[in-house]
Order: sequence, then C-alpha cells, then structure tokens
Amino acid sequence: MSTPLTDRAVADGFAVRRATRPAWAVLGERALEVLIYLCGISAIVFVLGIFFFVFKEAFPILGNKQFSLSQFLFSEQWHPTSELNKRYGVLAMIAGTFSVTALAMVIAVPFGLGAAIYLSEFCSGRVKETLKVVIELLAAIPSVVWGFIGLTVMSRLIVKYTGAPVGVNVLNGGIILALMSVPIIVSIGEDALKAVPDSYREAGLALGATRWQLVWRVLLPAGKTGLLAAVLLGVGRGVGETMAVLMATGHAVHIPHSPFDSVRTLTANIAAELGEAPANSDHYQVLFLTGVLLFLMTFVVNLAADLIVRGIRRK
Amino acid sequence: MFTETPLVRRKLRQERLAKWIFFGMTASMIIPLVLIVGYLVERAWPSLSLSFLVDVPARGMKEGGVWPALVGTIYLVVLSLAVSAPVGVLAAVYLNEYARDNWFNRIINLAVINLAGVPSIVHALFGLGAFVYAARFGYSIISASLTLAIMTLPVIIASTREALASVPRSFREACWNVGATRWQTIKAVVLPNSISGILTGIILQVSRAAGETAPIMFTGAVFFKAVDKGDLFPYGLGEQCMALSMHLYTLSTQVPGVKESVPFATAVVLLGSVLLVNATAIILRGYLRSRKKW
Repeated sequence: MSTPLTDRAVADGFAVRRATRPAWAVLGERALEVLIYLCGISAIVFVLGIFFFVFKEAFPILGNKQFSLSQFLFSEQWHPTSELNKRYGVLAMIAGTFSVTALAMVIAVPFGLGAAIYLSEFCSGRVKETLKVVIELLAAIPSVVWGFIGLTVMSRLIVKYTGAPVGVNVLNGGIILALMSVPIIVSIGEDALKAVPDSYREAGLALGATRWQLVWRVLLPAGKTGLLAAVLLGVGRGVGETMAVLMATGHAVHIPHSPFDSVRTLTANIAAELGEAPANSDHYQVLFLTGVLLFLMTFVVNLAADLIVRGIRRK
Repeated sequence: MFTETPLVRRKLRQERLAKWIFFGMTASMIIPLVLIVGYLVERAWPSLSLSFLVDVPARGMKEGGVWPALVGTIYLVVLSLAVSAPVGVLAAVYLNEYARDNWFNRIINLAVINLAGVPSIVHALFGLGAFVYAARFGYSIISASLTLAIMTLPVIIASTREALASVPRSFREACWNVGATRWQTIKAVVLPNSISGILTGIILQVSRAAGETAPIMFTGAVFFKAVDKGDLFPYGLGEQCMALSMHLYTLSTQVPGVKESVPFATAVVLLGSVLLVNATAIILRGYLRSRKKW
C-alpha cells in the first residue's frame, strides 16, 4: 500500500505544500469565464433585443384608433402619405413577397438540388473542390450588386426577349433571387445527401440500379427531409432579401397578375419609405410593424428548417 | 467474360445521360454568372483605373471616383468586426467548451440560428430603434457598425464553433490530465489548434459586412459627404460616412445623368474587393488544412 505523497513527505520530515496558483490568477480566470458566459448568452439578448426594439417602435400604432390590424393585413390599399384618406394595408406587399419568392423557388429548387446531386454523387476530387469554391464565391456576391445586375443586365434582357414594357418586375426579381438562393440550397442540400448512409447506395448498386435510379428511388426519398430544410432556408433568404428586390422588382404597389407586373415586397417597402417617414409618425410606426411581421415570418421558416435539420442529426 | 447486353448498354447510356443532365444544371447556374461579371467589367472598363479608387466623386457624383465610399466601408467593416469577432469567438467558446446539453443552451443555439435568419432590413430597423434613438448614438459610424456587428455575429459564432469542434477531444483530455483548468486548456490547446478555422470564418465576414446595404442605410451611411482626395482619416466616429454598397445603390437609382461607366465601375470595385477577400480566406483555409496533422 502506498500512502499519499503528502503523508509520506510529512512522515519523512518534509513540509510539502500543495501547488497553488496565486489568487489573482484564479480570480482572473473566474472573471474571464464570466465574460465568456456573457458572450455566450449574447445571442439570446440580441434576438430578444431585436424583437423588443422593433416592436417598441411599432407598438403605439396598435392603440391608434385610425389603424386596424385587419386592415393592415388584408387591405391592398397603401396610401401612407395621403392627407384625407390614409390607408395602411400591406396585402399587396405580402403578395409581392410571395410571388417573387415563389418564382425564385420554382427556378432555384430544381437547379439547386440538381447541382447538389451532381456535387455529391457524380463528381469527386478536384472538380468537386473547385465547384464548391465557385459556389461559395457565388454566395458572397453582395445583394446590392445583385440588385444592380437586375436593374441593368437582367431588365434589358427581359425587355428584349419577352417584349414586356418594363424590365423590372416579378420575373426579374425572381431570377435574381433564384441565383442568390441557389448557393445556400446547394450547400445544405449536399450536406443532406452526404448524410444518407453509403450502405443505401451500395445496396442500390448491388441490385443493379443505374445511378439515375439510385438518385430517384433511393437518395431523394432518403434525404428528403434534409432537402426540404435546404429549400426552407432558401425561402427564408428570399423573404428577407432587401436590396436586390428593391432594385429589381419595380415599385408598383398592387397584387401582380402576371410575371411581367412590377411589384413591391415587404422588405423593399420598408427600405424605400423609412427614409421619408418622420420618426414616430403613424407611417413610421406602420413600417416598424411591417418589420415585426417580417421578423415573425422568417422566425417561423428558420425554426421549421432547424427542427428538420435537428431531427435528421438525431437519427 | 462480361458481355454488353442491350439492357446493360441502355443502363450505361442512362448513366451518362444522368451525369450530363446534372452537370448541365450545375453549369447553368455558374456560366451565366461568369458572363454577367464579364459584362460588368466590360461596361466598367472606361472608368476603371487606380485613380478611380483614390478620386472623390465629382460634379454631383456624376463622375469621379469612389475614395470616400471606399474609406467609409473600411471604417464600418473594421469597427463592426472589432465588436463581433471577440464576442462571437467567446460565445462559440462558451457553446462548444463550457455549455452542457440542457434546455437553456438549446435556446441559445436556437437564438443563434434565428439571429442568422433575421432579414437585413429588420436589422436596420433594430439599429435605428436601439442605437440611433435609444442609445442616442445618432446617425453615425458607431450605430452603423454596431448594427453590422450584430448581423455578422451569428455567422462568426457558427464558423468558430465548427473550428473548435474539429479539435479532437483527446487533445483536451490530455491537457486536463496534467492538471490544467478548463480555461488553461482552451488557451494552450484548443485555440492554437483551431485558430486557422476561426480566422477564415472572420475573414469571410469581412466581405459580408462590406457588401451589406440595408442595415447601414438608416443608421449611418449617407449619400454624399465631402472628403479630400486620398484622405485616410476623413470621418469621426460620431459622424455619418459614405459606403461602397450604399454608393452603388445611390448611383444606380437616385442620381440622374450619371456617366454610364461609373456605377458599373463601382459595382466592379465592390464585387472585386469582396471576391478578393473571400478568395484569400479560401486559399488560406486550403493551405492550413493541408498542414493539419490529424
């Protein structure tokens, strides 16, 4: 039996002190850990802060007698600066946001998922690395540059090839948004396909399936929740995008009837009018209320995407 | 010996077809973009020169260069990352090294994800309400950079966490076993081994902060501000400033009669600097990854 070191040392006549660190080092470390903890919870503070401050500025309008929430959500009349007949209805903008985002997804989802499938199943090594870098660079293009492309390049192409009277419309915004959200769909989609176990692929190949069949019958069904999350994140980006749609969709407040109609989205409406609305006026408060609406919409979409991704990881 | 039956031949044909179709889908996203960028450069060519970078806008922004906007963007990016990088890295350290898997930390994760999904215009509203009015910073570089900082924070947290998580657990255990405390382990083992990933994540946010327009539009960026040519410190922190992204928006939508190539050149400068920064980060990441020993 060996006795503990200190006991033996005492028995041998040595006075051994346990190694201790100076008090300031211990306290300093404690302080640093408190700081780390504070930074850790900062994300919660900021999310709540965003909701609080945006809602705070919007709040007075809810008590205003001239304003009704149902008119805000279900009227397409938007006359914020009219002297006699002020109307704050954002239905047309909601329709604008949904039409542009829907068109963008119709274009981006097949191409984005196709590219994700190509990246994860059909290529490897250098080609794959290069393509991933290119897609990463695509994702880095600032939204104002996308807007500029929509305004200058895309609108001319649209006028030239479709004969539409104006080139800034739902189609333009949809194409631009599609190009913007494709990188996120590709990278999340590729992760989702990577998460499908290799044994599924091997089983399919062993049965003599072509890779085409493998993609349709095995990979898409097995990875569908992850791919859905990828699409949802794309939708979240589309709904929240501001500058690109501000510049590319034209500025007409009405419910669109064809892809060649100009529209205004919720985000573009705030960006376009906030500068003109005097602080704490009704108009200003309604714009903040639109911000609350946007916050809640993207919150729900992102929450759904996150729950789906988490569900996959747990499996 | 394996012989090709018609069935096998058909399957091979299908295989090739599938490959080409998916390749086509990938290419059809990338090729138009390369063409568009080429077109932008071509239209911008008459204005593109070194003097375009250091000149100030002239004749009511219709001609001249982008110097004040370029400097303003650098101010905003440096200040916003000076806030979001330390907070983000420490938050990631907390989430990856200290936090246990309980409901509270799950809420933090959820908050990070949702912060990343908040639309940029809502960040702008928040910056206006919180920094410009409530904190009384007014329309200033400080308000704008704090708004940008909060916008870049969640992505820095996510990329740093990924870098920290890639350090094997055995490294930490070895350090704990020689009696190091949690923080000593983080300082001596975890951070040095993940610094490359952390830095890459931060550099990638440089370009994001430089490109954003909506969050700074109502918190501190102005259409125009008179600045001397080549002046390196034209702005005080409590003043408003110009920014490249805002400048591009202004030139292309608000100013009539701009010389044709000027907005294109502005777009190319913005796009070029963003892509340059990102390419640097990607090359750095590749280099450091190839040196990794585990």
